[in-house]
Amino acid sequence: MAKDDVTKYKIDCYTLPAESNWANQTRADALSWLNQNGLPNGREEYWKYTNPLSFNSSKPPLKNEIDPSYKKPIFDNIDCVKLVFVDGVLDLENSDDLTLTGLEIEPLAKANKNEDHWSLGYFGNIEGSSQKVVKKTLASLNTAFAVQGLTIKITDKVSKPISVVYYHTDQISEALIHHVIKIEKNAHATLLESGGISSRSNCVMELSLEENASLDHIRVQGRSHERESITYIFSNLEVNSCLKSFTLTVNGRLTRNEYIVNINGENAKAHVGGAIVGDNGFSHDDTVFITHSAPNCESRQVFKKVLRNGAKGVFQGKILVKEGAQKTDGYQISQGLMLDEDSNFLAKPELEIYADDVICSHGSTCGEIDPTALFYLTSRGIPKPEAQDMLVLAFLNEAIDEITSNEIKEIISKRLLDWMLKRHKS
Amino acid sequence: MLIINNLNVELQEENKKILNGVNLEIKPGEVHAIMGPNGSGKSTLSYVLSGKDGYNVTEGTVSLDGENILNMESYERAALGMFLAFQYPVEIPGVGNMTFLRTALNSQRKANGKEELSAAEFLKVVRDKAKNLKIDADMLKRPVNVGFSGGEKKRNEILQMAMLEPKMCILDETDSGLDVDAMRLVANGVNALRSESRSFLVITHYQRLLDHIVPDFVHIMAEGRIIKSGNADLALEVENNGYSQLLAECA
Repeated sequence: MAKDDVTKYKIDCYTLPAESNWANQTRADALSWLNQNGLPNGREEYWKYTNPLSFNSSKPPLKNEIDPSYKKPIFDNIDCVKLVFVDGVLDLENSDDLTLTGLEIEPLAKANKNEDHWSLGYFGNIEGSSQKVVKKTLASLNTAFAVQGLTIKITDKVSKPISVVYYHTDQISEALIHHVIKIEKNAHATLLESGGISSRSNCVMELSLEENASLDHIRVQGRSHERESITYIFSNLEVNSCLKSFTLTVNGRLTRNEYIVNINGENAKAHVGGAIVGDNGFSHDDTVFITHSAPNCESRQVFKKVLRNGAKGVFQGKILVKEGAQKTDGYQISQGLMLDEDSNFLAKPELEIYADDVICSHGSTCGEIDPTALFYLTSRGIPKPEAQDMLVLAFLNEAIDEITSNEIKEIISKRLLDWMLKRHKS
Repeated sequence: MLIINNLNVELQEENKKILNGVNLEIKPGEVHAIMGPNGSGKSTLSYVLSGKDGYNVTEGTVSLDGENILNMESYERAALGMFLAFQYPVEIPGVGNMTFLRTALNSQRKANGKEELSAAEFLKVVRDKAKNLKIDADMLKRPVNVGFSGGEKKRNEILQMAMLEPKMCILDETDSGLDVDAMRLVANGVNALRSESRSFLVITHYQRLLDHIVPDFVHIMAEGRIIKSGNADLALEVENNGYSQLLAECA
């Protein structure tokens, strides 16, 4: 199938919203960009290590076995404002009351109908303006057709975390979700996402952090083995703002998480991190592109992947420091821990720097469990499988430590431990 | 307690023979010291006894309390009462010292059919024992051995020994990297653990440590076997005359 056919067939799977509203033009622009440029293929540098074929596919996704753990959302014990999506469709009946000081949440489709809605000017714009450097036409596809999603405006320091929980009940469901989030001046929020969205999903989040605003984003991607998901976080950071985003991924056949961070205001901070455990034919790709356009800003990328049984881990991380972005502090580390000889870790760290007074460092390592450390633990009576788990957790801890909240850190560590115990039984 | 009979060992990767028929019997409550020049096989002996991978036992047997331990995993030997204080204690970033100690202690208790200690019970015991070794709360909280000084690492080894209460303790050059005061502190920690039912095998280059931990027997090891055995005076002889004279005598 020629490339254009792939794009055409994929587009044919969807229809643009029929009614006329302000989002029509944004959607038409995204569709036209997609038509012009086509969906990605494996020959592009940007997709060198992960084949986009199944994201592009117009055929139904592989049948998923539904993991029973979806019934117990990981953040259920945290006091939060909960929003529920079932197979990619917002379920307001099972969601919490959304009234909370400093918080305005509306479904995307509803926001699109309101001609005075604040998200006009954000929806499709943060994504669209990030298309010039590297084409991301799967995100254009999302902007053109996604009607599910949330618009979230934070106007103050919100007292409870906002928790978006995805349930997955249909074995071959496919979802497009598009969130638009604005954190206004001096406001702060914690956003949690958990669960498997659907068998195949394409999820875009557009984030705008205004002066002095901050967002803690913690995401746990569901663990169904056949899940295929591509996610994008497009973000613009203004003066003194701070974005921290952490993702835990446990299994899933194919995952590509992209982070596009534009640091536009002075003294802003962006931390993105991930802890990934993959087994058996699993492929996980983190692609990060951080652009420093203002001086005195800091960015951190910390990604740790534990792989076994032929799992593949990919990391592509780029720091672009523009002229004038002096005193930039950019840090990047990606590490793969292989539990056997069948797994792969592929890393492509990139620095592109046009300012002469910056600190930018990057590191990437790939290795096995340290036999000396393992012997030390077992010589004290800790059985080998447990000792290995301790070392695996220790390895992932550096990424988990990127999370600010101790409560959430513990929940994440516990989920990982459970996963490892379950693995011993199987 | 520990009976080593004609132990022959080679390195797995190189087929290089390291131990050439070691014979040694350690009875309950006894303290034995092994001295010997570099490369004589002392550390290898300690690793083989505690179950480190990478060695092939080509001949001989080792039993602890009548049980053949050579086919056991290192953690099984530990549960049986074997303990090795490392010459170079390993730094493990990301694993808290307390978590490590508690997991180790409870793993052994579980293996021996005893009830596991709760967090509170454990904390009480560990604080008490840490105090005697001048290990403060901060050292207990930090990741295992990370950023510890040489002395702190060795004290941490003795703390583990005190917590796990092994039957058979092997000290592999515990004096290396210690100043006089630190050595005394470590030696006092070891002496406090001496009892009729606990045995020690102290591996050292120098007689100095044996002033503090006085052995019942001293063995000289060279080229992978014990060439001479005696009482504590033998260590003094080594200190005064060096190894070369002894080696010449026994050749």
